[in-house]
Amino acid sequence: MPELTMPTTRQRPLDPPDEITALRQQAAIHRMTYADGHQGWLVTGHAAARAVLASPCFSNRPEHAHPPIPSARMELATRPERLRVPPGFFLRMDPPDHTRFRRLLTGQFTVRRMKTLEPRIAEITEACLDAMEAAGPPVDLVQEFALPIPSLVICELLGVPYEEREQFQAGTKVLASLESKADDAVAALGEISAYLYGLVGRKREKPADDLLSGLIESGELSDEELTGVGVLLLIAGHETTANMLGLGTYALLTNPDQLAAMRDDPSVVDNGVEELLRHLTIIHLGPIRTALEDVEIEGVTIRAGESVTIHLPAANRDAARFTDAERLDVTRPAGGHLTFGHGIHQCLGQQLARAEMRIAYPALLRRLPGLRLAVTPEEVPMRSDMSIYGVHRLPVTW
Amino acid sequence: MEIKADTTVCIGAGMCALTVPKVFDQSEDEGTVVLLQDDVPQELEDAVRRAVTLCPSGALSVS
Repeated sequence: MPELTMPTTRQRPLDPPDEITALRQQAAIHRMTYADGHQGWLVTGHAAARAVLASPCFSNRPEHAHPPIPSARMELATRPERLRVPPGFFLRMDPPDHTRFRRLLTGQFTVRRMKTLEPRIAEITEACLDAMEAAGPPVDLVQEFALPIPSLVICELLGVPYEEREQFQAGTKVLASLESKADDAVAALGEISAYLYGLVGRKREKPADDLLSGLIESGELSDEELTGVGVLLLIAGHETTANMLGLGTYALLTNPDQLAAMRDDPSVVDNGVEELLRHLTIIHLGPIRTALEDVEIEGVTIRAGESVTIHLPAANRDAARFTDAERLDVTRPAGGHLTFGHGIHQCLGQQLARAEMRIAYPALLRRLPGLRLAVTPEEVPMRSDMSIYGVHRLPVTW
Repeated sequence: MEIKADTTVCIGAGMCALTVPKVFDQSEDEGTVVLLQDDVPQELEDAVRRAVTLCPSGALSVS
């Protein structure tokens, strides 16, 4: 059997690499050679992906994981200081450490809580559209719309003061780009952490009606832990929804019938958002889990210590789970996709992301009914080289 | 149809409350699942089964 390394080159911008699709059609789990030579696994099937992500036999701690592909971040990931989980970075913890943080935060991200945020998200969206209209056409939709909406929303939710946002966003920009050198990313993370540590101190002195103040009030976390939680939520809040809004708009603009359905029929929007999440699956190079003990998944024995990379775009195109899975169809029932993950680490902010997308897509399409690409689809630079997929820029006109 | 909701394993993802808001809610403080009714009307049974499938932590079961 030839040695498999993870294919990452996409033949078509919205589809997983053809080699990945071919693998998924053969089997749900495959032996794969990792960038450091580790013999691990690649999961391409939906049911197998769910099984791994839901299993308590797998760890998400960084010291166990091997990098599936070589990257600038690989060097970063293998540095000794990165092999420990910073205080508050609950995404990379296992139970019971993870449980403690997750429990403190879930109440802040309930469906009902997100509903109460909707009017504010709508205001932010309209303000971005006003600015975009004033600036263009043409404009880069990423800079004017896709990035600022989730950025403003997460800053407000966390309690980052308005007048400090610009200085703050400079740091996240460096961090969000995988083009940044490892040292620059570490420095940016240090700066953001220092900023948030200072903010935590100020919130302790003068609490407000925001998430950080609420967490401080609970009295359960140290300042270092509060800083880590804040940094994690801030990064997650920036990169993910921004890329869904950018790539989703690209997908709609290049599929005009789907765009018309999302624009003209409000009853399609909720489901259309799920379908865009499924079809686009911006988390395209992971997640990675490592077996803590021998475990059998769909007849395959994964040995203790072996890393497993879950290919979420492949799993979300699994024909065994979704009918006509390769097609973008905003009217299909797309629930059950794995874009937010599965198991105990399933995205904490998913209901916030849904609220933002359910408001932002229709607002954009209705405000600018003549919206179209200002370049050819082939000229739009895709984030193939990034851990979160999307468009680098989206030049549009109307 | 009887629903069991185990709040000790619930992670507050909110998929149940999103899928069948008539049957599931989330607690204000921890975001964990709250059952609004034990007796599920027949017309909601399919939706409840879907919510059980969507639950990422396995906190829900039906019998």
